[in-house]
Amino acid sequence: MSGPLLQADNLAKRFGGIIASDDLTLSVASGELHAVIGPNGAGKTTLIAQLSGQLTPDAGHIRFAGNDITLLPMHRRSALGLARSFQITSLFLDLSVLDNVTLAVQAHAGHSFRFWRDARSQTELRQPARAALARVGLTARADQPASALSHGEHRQLELAMALAGNPRLLLLDEPMAGLGPEESARMVDMLRALKRELTILLVEHDMEAVFALADRITVLVYGRVIASGAPADIRADRQVRDAYLGEAEAAHE
Amino acid sequence: MTPALNLRTIAIVALLAALLLLPVYSELVGNRFVLTLFTRIVILALAAVSLNLILGYGGMMSFGHAAYLGIGGYAVGMLAHEGIFSGFVQWPAALAASALFALVIGALSLRTRGVYFIMITLAFAQMAYYVCAGLARYGGDDGLTIYKRSEFVAPINLSNKVQFYYLCLALLLAAIYLVWRIVNSRFGLVIQGARSNDTRMGAIGFPTYRYKLVCFVIAGTLCGLAGALLANHTDFVSPATMYWTRSGDLIIMVVLGGMASPFGPLIGTVALLLLEEVLSGITEYWQIILGPLLLLVVLFARGGIDGLLKQLMAKVRS
Repeated sequence: MSGPLLQADNLAKRFGGIIASDDLTLSVASGELHAVIGPNGAGKTTLIAQLSGQLTPDAGHIRFAGNDITLLPMHRRSALGLARSFQITSLFLDLSVLDNVTLAVQAHAGHSFRFWRDARSQTELRQPARAALARVGLTARADQPASALSHGEHRQLELAMALAGNPRLLLLDEPMAGLGPEESARMVDMLRALKRELTILLVEHDMEAVFALADRITVLVYGRVIASGAPADIRADRQVRDAYLGEAEAAHE
Repeated sequence: MTPALNLRTIAIVALLAALLLLPVYSELVGNRFVLTLFTRIVILALAAVSLNLILGYGGMMSFGHAAYLGIGGYAVGMLAHEGIFSGFVQWPAALAASALFALVIGALSLRTRGVYFIMITLAFAQMAYYVCAGLARYGGDDGLTIYKRSEFVAPINLSNKVQFYYLCLALLLAAIYLVWRIVNSRFGLVIQGARSNDTRMGAIGFPTYRYKLVCFVIAGTLCGLAGALLANHTDFVSPATMYWTRSGDLIIMVVLGGMASPFGPLIGTVALLLLEEVLSGITEYWQIILGPLLLLVVLFARGGIDGLLKQLMAKVRS
């Protein structure tokens, strides 16, 4: 397919006096891992919310795989292949790990007004669910209740649920937040493997992870794109250094 | 693993065997009362099983479930009063009236959550109570005596107490099986997902309101069947059948036996009604003993009696 997989044009979103998105234009090419960085309050989560359908922009357009999705509700976008993982983990804690993912698969398998057949023995649900668990390395935990998992494993499960619908594009909102160094490293490895198979838009604070993974980086400051390009260009960008990377980079040098 | 697994299974099998053989015992000993008591237990267990579907599996804390007992009962009673005795008319009418009532209450109450949901379901049930108490033609406050039980084709005779008992038991077991199938189906997973995290269900693409409403209607219909049975059992139906304390009893049966457990409501109903029977024989202030007992179960056995059996199994295993 030619053209970007996801294209956001001139997005605007304000909350009272706060401008969260200001004439924001962003394009994510098919197959790339595109990272969005920026200081706190730059409007990164608001951007993800608009892309996933949780919020509707005040102005601008969002196109995904050739469809205008600006006004589509969340579940319709997810049906088109746009999956999102949550910054704050939101799971079905009293269900088993495998059931969590099964529900995510089931959400993409037509309506669920099916009252008789045992859902847990249906391979068309269980097999994709197990495959998604295998991709994030949680196979061994499949039969445990989700509440028994560690914080890092919850993140992996989040990811598995996002993967379960076989999305074309994955929106990841700070997948490393709250992870220890070891868990972070595992998550980076996982994302590196995933980026070979699907397009990812990653919002992340962990600069090390971003520069290790991203094909392209967009820098947001006060809801506005101040730079977008390859990691090397971003690192060299005067404006970015002044606005944001400055201190962190200076500390490295 | 196997001996521990058996412990719980043995308890349930023993209970079922006892229920199956009860009429034999009643005949041998010549104790008719025990058959009457257990017919009542089996019918109320059916009501508890239906409540467990929404309360235990769906997390919908309905405080008006007894309304369906009354609606099912009044459908039978009113039709009988008008000279229509055929069970083929009475029972479908009982189910349809309960389903319709559930659809209306559910459509309104499921838009709310938590305490509001409890209060709305309670309010609707109390409304049904006062409406029936005001039906002068059908006995009003005093209730309605049913002079003839529902009529079915030749071999089925509900006036035969043993036959009626077995019919109730068969329907109870069928209901337990039905609920078990439902909760393990795709629909059932959605219901349990909504109990666990409703917001997330919406985010992954489930319009949970519809699913919960359908679940609510199924539970109400099933309880309407229990209502039709109860009216036939007592040959009488009155507004008291749907009073809010009765809804509370049903909740206690489910919680006592074990929420979201297939046989939990049956165990809870047997336990509660037998306790009532035994304790009220000892003292007229039996509720003073029953109350703290229930408190202990709620505090120390989260999964009810069935949960205790499971914990016991785990202990034996380790």
